[in-house]
Amino acid sequence: MNKSKRIDEGNIASIILREISGLADGQIRFMEVCGTHTVSIFRSGIRSLLPEGIELISGPGCPVCVTPVGEIDRAIALAQLKDVTLLTFGDLMSVPGTSSSLNQERAMGRDIRVITSPLDSLEIALKEKKRRIVFFAVGFETTSPAIAAAVKEAKRKRIDNLFLLSSQRLIPPAIRALLSPRKVKIDGFILPGHVSVIIGRTPYSFIASEFSLMGVITGFEALDILKGIYMLLCQKKEGRSEIEIQYTRAVKEEGNQLALKAMEEVFEPVGARWRGLGMILESGLTLREEFKEMDASLVFDIPYEDKKDPPGCICGKILQGLKSPPDCPLFDKRCTPENPVGPCMVSSEGSCAAFRKYGAFR
Amino acid sequence: MKEGKILLAHGAGGKLSHDLIKELFLPFLENELLSCLDDSAIIPTERSRLAFTTDSYVVKPLFFPGGDIGRLSICGTVNDLAMAGARPLGISTSFILEEGFSKEDLERILSSIKKAALEAGVMVVAGDTKVVEHGAAEGLFITTSGVGIVPEGVDISGSHAMPGDFVIINGPIGDHEIGILLARGEFSLKGEIKSDCAPLNGLVKAILNACTDIHVLRDPTRGGLATVLWEIANSSKVGVIVEEEKITVREEVRGVCDLLGFDPFYLANEGKLVAFVPQKEAEKVFEAMKADPLGRDSVIVGRVVDENPGKVLLKTRIGGHRLLEPLSGEQFPRIC
Repeated sequence: MNKSKRIDEGNIASIILREISGLADGQIRFMEVCGTHTVSIFRSGIRSLLPEGIELISGPGCPVCVTPVGEIDRAIALAQLKDVTLLTFGDLMSVPGTSSSLNQERAMGRDIRVITSPLDSLEIALKEKKRRIVFFAVGFETTSPAIAAAVKEAKRKRIDNLFLLSSQRLIPPAIRALLSPRKVKIDGFILPGHVSVIIGRTPYSFIASEFSLMGVITGFEALDILKGIYMLLCQKKEGRSEIEIQYTRAVKEEGNQLALKAMEEVFEPVGARWRGLGMILESGLTLREEFKEMDASLVFDIPYEDKKDPPGCICGKILQGLKSPPDCPLFDKRCTPENPVGPCMVSSEGSCAAFRKYGAFR
Repeated sequence: MKEGKILLAHGAGGKLSHDLIKELFLPFLENELLSCLDDSAIIPTERSRLAFTTDSYVVKPLFFPGGDIGRLSICGTVNDLAMAGARPLGISTSFILEEGFSKEDLERILSSIKKAALEAGVMVVAGDTKVVEHGAAEGLFITTSGVGIVPEGVDISGSHAMPGDFVIINGPIGDHEIGILLARGEFSLKGEIKSDCAPLNGLVKAILNACTDIHVLRDPTRGGLATVLWEIANSSKVGVIVEEEKITVREEVRGVCDLLGFDPFYLANEGKLVAFVPQKEAEKVFEAMKADPLGRDSVIVGRVVDENPGKVLLKTRIGGHRLLEPLSGEQFPRIC
């Protein structure tokens, strides 16, 4: 089964690792912003292969993890309405709200369904005209174009029983928020591949121009990540701080203009709360005026309430790279994948879940 | 009284299923035969050892590429007996039918049961039928039980892995779960992957003919290869090291996993087994497996070690290491 390709992978990896070892000099910290990178790093055992001084820390790039408790509670409250069917992506099902989770609500008989594509919401709304279908949409720039397409299509087809509870967030403002107080020492960023397929390189340029830090937009295969780390180390050695693209097979300088246009037509930026990072200006997406009749936060009389994170949970600090999962007193004790306390243990892209699942060898 | 509700994830065959059995079932039902928690219980009688097992089938959809609920209900129970090294003697089948279920579909399922039983060389010797109101079951559920005889000299258990053992698996992993998933059409993914659903007693017979001193046999069904290896490492208090490069996953299966964020090590199989074999017998057993139609793609994927008892270490393709933990939570409901 493609054996030659896979054997090559081991050889290439050892060559890049030799180069990395040659360049490694003293302590250096890179943040992988995206949860998919975190998982890939653990799965391929990259941490166990890097020289001592290179530290990888996980960032806020897990959409489920950064969704605050208040938004989970609001989705649960909506699902409790008798005529409402709540649609969501799978990982959100187990995230604890203040006193329940969507999974527990489903076990109590609420109509909560997992979908994998935003377009599924159209089909469900068309089939079940008597119910009000609420799509609890969580995600970054990667999913927003598809959500925008679904919204446009719903309007075109005059579907009037489909509503969007938008919990979408944007990555570059979060990176800025992370850097502004300079609470966490970061030497460079492994920047997300999928998000960048949509937005391209330019939105990250402030990292280099304002903060004099480096970044490499990186793919998700183990070899991509090793190459990304190598490119960051090269910049360090040559004293450069630039945003480079390793993932050239998918990411274009200007991103995907078609997708960006669809997003722009349907959504506008709005202030959004992030777990751990708090309120960040223009870091969320809300429906534009002409689509407001689909906005669940306006149509339903269930206001957002700020809620406290679960006591003892340090997900907020983990999402900022200030703490690592094993630093948490609840980690693998009271908080496990079966009985999660915080969202980083729930999401398949959460760093606590990755630490717990794949084990940390360093 | 325990608090809380049963979640779908309690049926996924991972950590939650484990906890449910330990916390709720065993306190009431525990005895020295049940507590082994192997695929079959081994009941000693005056003349021989009987293997006894039972399983329910709730797969959705009822028909899928590579099989249907009927074939699954025979193969699953035959395999549970085979994993004890037992020769299946007879199987019982119980049907819970939903009012309104089509006779034509029932006929198809029964014909498939007949075919699978012939393939496995086992007789269906008892049965029961119940009908419930429309809405009280989805189409039909089947429960099968089976008895078999464990040949003399054979003593297989999840707790018998020994340092030095070789770990052999009879082919690529993940076909069943991804096959079911695609058959449900929920992910608007096109393509057809056949479930690997098959009776493994013939392959087990070939293995035991080559060597009676097999330490462990397990079929990685719900919870997948990772969960099964973890259970064995725990029951046997040994470490297990497997190599990612050796474990094959079909490109189509890998593709779906990449898209949906699944890990192939946690995908259910219905025609795969892992064998833990003493080092000096490994080559003989491996050759015997390769000679069997269901073992043609067998590979030696790892070894048992003294270090890190209770842990499964995966050597990744790029030469790194990570742990293989048991499935936690729900990967995908109603796959068998």
